[in-house]
Amino acid sequence: MGRHAHAVARRTRPAGFGTAGPGTGTVTRYVLRRLFQALLVLWAAYTATFALLYLLPSDPVSLMLRGGGEESFATPEQEAELRERWGFDQPPAIQYLTMLGLALTGDLGTSLTTGQPVVAALAEALPPTAQLAGAALVTAVLLGGGVAVAATYTRSPLLARFLTALPPVGVAMPTFWVGLVLVQVVSFQWGLLTALGGETSAAGLVLPALTLSLPVAALIAQVLSDGLRAELARPHTTTARAKGASRARVHLAHALSGGVLPTLTLVGVVTGELLAGAVVVETVFSRPGIGRITATAVEAQDLPLVQGVVLLAAVVFVLANLLVDLLLPLLDPRVRIGARRPGGAAA
Amino acid sequence: MSLRPASGPALARTALALAPVLVLTGCGTAGGETGSPSDGGTLAFALAADPSCVDPQQSGNNQALNVGRQVVDSLTDQDPETGEIVPWLAEDWEVSDDADEYTFHLRDGVTFSDGEPLDAEAVRANFDTVSELGALAELGSSYLGGYAGTEVHDDLSLTVRFDDPNAQFLQATSTMSLGLVSPVSLEETTPEQRCQGEYEGSGPFTLDSYEPEQQVTTTAREDYDWSSERTEHTGPARLDGIDFRIVPESGVRTGALLSGEVDAIADIPPQDEERFEGDDVQVLTRPNPGIPFNLHPNLASPTFDDPAIVQALQLAVDRQEIVDTVLSERYPVAAGPLAEVTDHAAGTGDGLQHDPEAAAELLDEAGWTEGGDGVRTKDGEPLELDVIFSPLFNANETVLELLQQQFRDLGVDLELRSMTPAEYDTVQQDGDYDLAWYNLTRTDPDVLRTLFHTEYADRTGLGEEDELDALLADQAATSDPGERADLVEQAESHIIEEGYIVPVFEFAQIHGLGQHVHGVEFEASSRLSFYEAWTED
Repeated sequence: MGRHAHAVARRTRPAGFGTAGPGTGTVTRYVLRRLFQALLVLWAAYTATFALLYLLPSDPVSLMLRGGGEESFATPEQEAELRERWGFDQPPAIQYLTMLGLALTGDLGTSLTTGQPVVAALAEALPPTAQLAGAALVTAVLLGGGVAVAATYTRSPLLARFLTALPPVGVAMPTFWVGLVLVQVVSFQWGLLTALGGETSAAGLVLPALTLSLPVAALIAQVLSDGLRAELARPHTTTARAKGASRARVHLAHALSGGVLPTLTLVGVVTGELLAGAVVVETVFSRPGIGRITATAVEAQDLPLVQGVVLLAAVVFVLANLLVDLLLPLLDPRVRIGARRPGGAAA
Repeated sequence: MSLRPASGPALARTALALAPVLVLTGCGTAGGETGSPSDGGTLAFALAADPSCVDPQQSGNNQALNVGRQVVDSLTDQDPETGEIVPWLAEDWEVSDDADEYTFHLRDGVTFSDGEPLDAEAVRANFDTVSELGALAELGSSYLGGYAGTEVHDDLSLTVRFDDPNAQFLQATSTMSLGLVSPVSLEETTPEQRCQGEYEGSGPFTLDSYEPEQQVTTTAREDYDWSSERTEHTGPARLDGIDFRIVPESGVRTGALLSGEVDAIADIPPQDEERFEGDDVQVLTRPNPGIPFNLHPNLASPTFDDPAIVQALQLAVDRQEIVDTVLSERYPVAAGPLAEVTDHAAGTGDGLQHDPEAAAELLDEAGWTEGGDGVRTKDGEPLELDVIFSPLFNANETVLELLQQQFRDLGVDLELRSMTPAEYDTVQQDGDYDLAWYNLTRTDPDVLRTLFHTEYADRTGLGEEDELDALLADQAATSDPGERADLVEQAESHIIEEGYIVPVFEFAQIHGLGQHVHGVEFEASSRLSFYEAWTED
């Protein structure tokens, strides 16, 4: 890390940032600007969700009383009281501003279906999902990376073709189906690994993490093998080979360091895959988490809870992208923090 | 979203079909009834959905009520076989002639799990609270409709008064929706906190924890000694506790039961039922009381200006075929607007025959004649109806597809409009449909009043219906069971004859239990009671 950080500072300073002070200042300013952008993104996500939920047919009160088509026992007066209790009798603009004002103070309201404060619900659901997504990400990197390296390294055309065909299959297999088959076979038929209550044990994490990792692994394998192939065709790998570097060294050191860059830009897609996949995986494996909350909240149009989930997802996206943007210059000297164009002077 | 409930069962079936060998390997310990009620053991019961709110006063969903029934007691209990109301926390009671005053005499020595005494003041606090909660306590507050207050006479006796006659109230006191919660809980917690499990009841089990989307855990109360008069044993429950695990995917629930990971599971869908035939698993089933699954016409729609249409549909439905082919024998054929296990349900005798010829005759007489493409027309207008439904019960769609075929034979075109609960709700409110498909669970026949009395939402679009309104109001004001049954029967016949409903089948609760599980019972509203339950080691 230290060596890389030094490299950033050294490389950014002379290239048009002379007056901006030392490189760390540039990085700070850059991060501040990105944080400001992040706030805008969060506000936009919050507002768009409100508008969308407001435009949807029905409303949470009606759904609570009549959800599923059963007639309600409540009188119209009682229904009106409930609307008033939750502020749904107010004009949408007032509702929006009230909710936004409270959100700014960190109060995301109370879930309409469970009565639990939204912040508490999210705080409870985040650890199991983070655990699941983290394990799935590591698995996906190892699986996807392994397949990509093997597919480009092997000299057997048959094996190469087989390995190259894997990613499309991985992308095409529905997560729901993979999860159910794994549960039926591994848990119920072979009696290995519990199918329920996965949160509490490491063994319970294996199947859900594997299920969730497959589409991501497939994505990584696809993009990484393309990157590796492109990199292997470049002059610098030819030079390395000419200098006598072993085939493995050329592949893993020279080609991989450049070939991995396109994969890093996938971070947004991967985050999305993980969050969306969590909805399905958590349902199949009976795990609590953000995915389960999302599904139930959207179904019940539980406005405060949906808003909370969207905000959380937006924060995760923003952070993941920021992290990659900060990491990229460390890995690729051609990319510089804050630069608009590679090599050009920033404003 | 698109990956959730609707597509779930279909995908689950695909997955099951493709999994190489299934888990139908029973462990071969079908010992029958050899054990005896041994005390102890914790039962793991898999629920199909999160209860969301575990306060039985506030929640109306089956999951929450199945949990809540174990934690709270009620003033009375209802025999699920005879419908008779028997003493529980109230040893005795009197009902005024016009059913607007109920005096209860409480059992002495009952306490909530926080140590508070269950006395007349506690009962008053509960009824006051439920009434004030309004739509938050949707079922309970409707049972207390017209509540004028509770007068406490002494520690153990009280009178509940209503502005208007409320004959269904005695039965309602047996439900968990009017189950009793410690007055301290009522005073010191918000309704939202009680939803999250922060309340104390007087029931045989106490609630230890509610972890949303994961589990609800309960422990038996050692000093419990006030079970209802109809229980087989007295004293504490036989189990040490119940863990309600939340397992939303039906295929996983089934697998978890067959592999022994849980002791019992809720809500077996019809397509999974055959996996249990001949297995070492018991199926526990009971039809739901209340309104069966019916086609409910929107009579405000101009399509139904002609009453012959609904009457013809009633005759055209082959209920037996529906139950035999797409459901199972566990779902009874509907015999009237009320399911058979509903109190005072009379059915309509031979009022609901399957007679396609008579149906065709009715339509012929009304001027709907067969067109070239098999759809009847009148004045150039084809006989096309649409039905709105929400696929929450996952056999809804297949049932309606079969109905579509049956109506097609009659020359009626039925268009199926599957929608999300939200869409359904909007379309129904706007009245932009011909037929709606739903059921409604309630043990007391007063449910007819909610659905058909024109002062309520009037979804059927009756507009003015003085005769039916009077029958429904009278049954609500009659405390004599015999007279009330008579009025209910008249209302039922009226609803069928006038073509306000096309009954199809009765919904049923279908649960799976390991062979080692005994004594799990349905109470009168077809929710579960675990008081008598025990497991073999």
